[in-house]
Amino acid sequence: MKDSKFPHNKIAEHIRKIPRSGIREFFELVIGCDDVISLGVGEPDFVTPWTIRESAIYSLDQGHTSYTSNQGLLSLRREICNYVNKDFGVAYVPETECLVTVGVSEALDLAMRALVNPGDEVIYSEPCYVSYGAEIQMVHGVPVVIENTAETEFSLDIEQLKAKITPKTKILMLNFPCNPTGATLDLRQLEEISRIAVKHDLIVFTDEIYSELSYVKRLPTIASFPGMRERTVFLHGFSKAFAMTGFRIGYACGPAEIIAAMNKIHQYTILCAPIMAQEAAEEALKNGAEPMEKMRREYQQRRNFMVGGLNKIGLKCIKPKGAFYLFPSIKSTGLTSMDFAKRLLDEQKVAVVPGTAFGSCGEGYIRCCYAASYEELAEAMKRIETFVENLKK
Amino acid sequence: MKDSILDLLSKDARISAAEVAVRIGVTEAKVNELIKELEADNIIKGYKVIINEEALNENIVRALIEVKITPERGGGFDRAAKRICRFPEVTDCYLISGDYDLRLEVKGNSLRDVAAFVSEKLSTIDGVISTATLFLLKKYKESGKILEEEEEYERLKISP
Repeated sequence: MKDSKFPHNKIAEHIRKIPRSGIREFFELVIGCDDVISLGVGEPDFVTPWTIRESAIYSLDQGHTSYTSNQGLLSLRREICNYVNKDFGVAYVPETECLVTVGVSEALDLAMRALVNPGDEVIYSEPCYVSYGAEIQMVHGVPVVIENTAETEFSLDIEQLKAKITPKTKILMLNFPCNPTGATLDLRQLEEISRIAVKHDLIVFTDEIYSELSYVKRLPTIASFPGMRERTVFLHGFSKAFAMTGFRIGYACGPAEIIAAMNKIHQYTILCAPIMAQEAAEEALKNGAEPMEKMRREYQQRRNFMVGGLNKIGLKCIKPKGAFYLFPSIKSTGLTSMDFAKRLLDEQKVAVVPGTAFGSCGEGYIRCCYAASYEELAEAMKRIETFVENLKK
Repeated sequence: MKDSILDLLSKDARISAAEVAVRIGVTEAKVNELIKELEADNIIKGYKVIINEEALNENIVRALIEVKITPERGGGFDRAAKRICRFPEVTDCYLISGDYDLRLEVKGNSLRDVAAFVSEKLSTIDGVISTATLFLLKKYKESGKILEEEEEYERLKISP
């Protein structure tokens, strides 16, 4: 960037203020390395189930290459609303309360842009997915951070939430099961959060992208709690549960007024999600339950394997109830997260993501994704053990 | 729990009990006990290797044979089927619906081997009315396993 003659101050001020993504920085280091075993990804290692891929091929075969309605294919929205009702316990109207987007990222962006006025405060919790803070800044909102800790197993710290609410607080952003910690909320927390949201008239965004990957009985979404349906934007997609990251299909369900406002932005910026991906998503909801359950069971077994392994070598790690991430503490090694990740890559060729990429309270932790084959996980564990042993010398 | 064990063993029969134990979250002793039970209950019949014979470069010949049989009062097709199953050339034998009664898979060292088995052994068995032999030209998938996997697509090493 230094070589360019373009004056930096011409870049919009609020964009300039957004810090460079920590994950991006680390990604560039890994790119130059061969034979790396990666626990650094944020996506399933499974290829999309064949029945879903085949329907995308069929879609092209049939010459379905046009735009769809801005909101997405009505047949897909019907399947989505049916699924959300059955599996998450809230009934939405496909015609007015559901919008198909290009991944959950777009849905989140639309929801932010539709609801945040400059200066509105948005509360979210770290460690979290890399985009939340930046997303709030991009819409001129004020990010307000709750720092979750290992003491509460990285679940939402409700005392902090209460303390951070001001008259300017407009939105509470939730993501459980959580990337990067795998943390989940329990029933008591869901009840308490909804009581707080109703009391302070907050809008709640719930990013449920990892919901299907729950290893305990899954609870209904917060949108189904008393007084919540009219104030919740339910964000979900196909990437994780159906291993469809590259298809880029997400969706938002919520009150018709919010969905209409989001669609206003969506129609002018994106127009619509790609039709072949939408048709594949429809197939996922119709016939993808079985392959999804198989993948979920596989992740669960890998989690058991990895949690045991990490704890044995002294990288303390809770057993998360969801997603496909572990967030072990590396404090016992005395290294910073970035040093640990860099040296592990350098000395043993294993890629993990430093916890600080997900917020400053991620210092002292690394994110290990167990969406990799057993052979890779076993080899990675061996190498991490050697690395930790060498540090002690 | 037995389902999970069967699932793991059917994917990789050589997986150790210790590893199964870690994955499903029980003790190794418990896994061994459950496997013993599955074997005793005749649910696990054996542990088998899937071999890509083409890659071995051995000229093994396989054929599917459809066999029409006169059923017997009382025993149906069982007696003839059991008799056919005794031949080591027969690797699989099913009773099927449709035009034929039994479908066999037969293995031999040469075309002539298989032909001889059909004409000398199989068709002379009491009750066998007719046979149709279909030689296998290429095997693409066996026991759920695609034999020649395509090159793996590489995803990004780091993603959010």
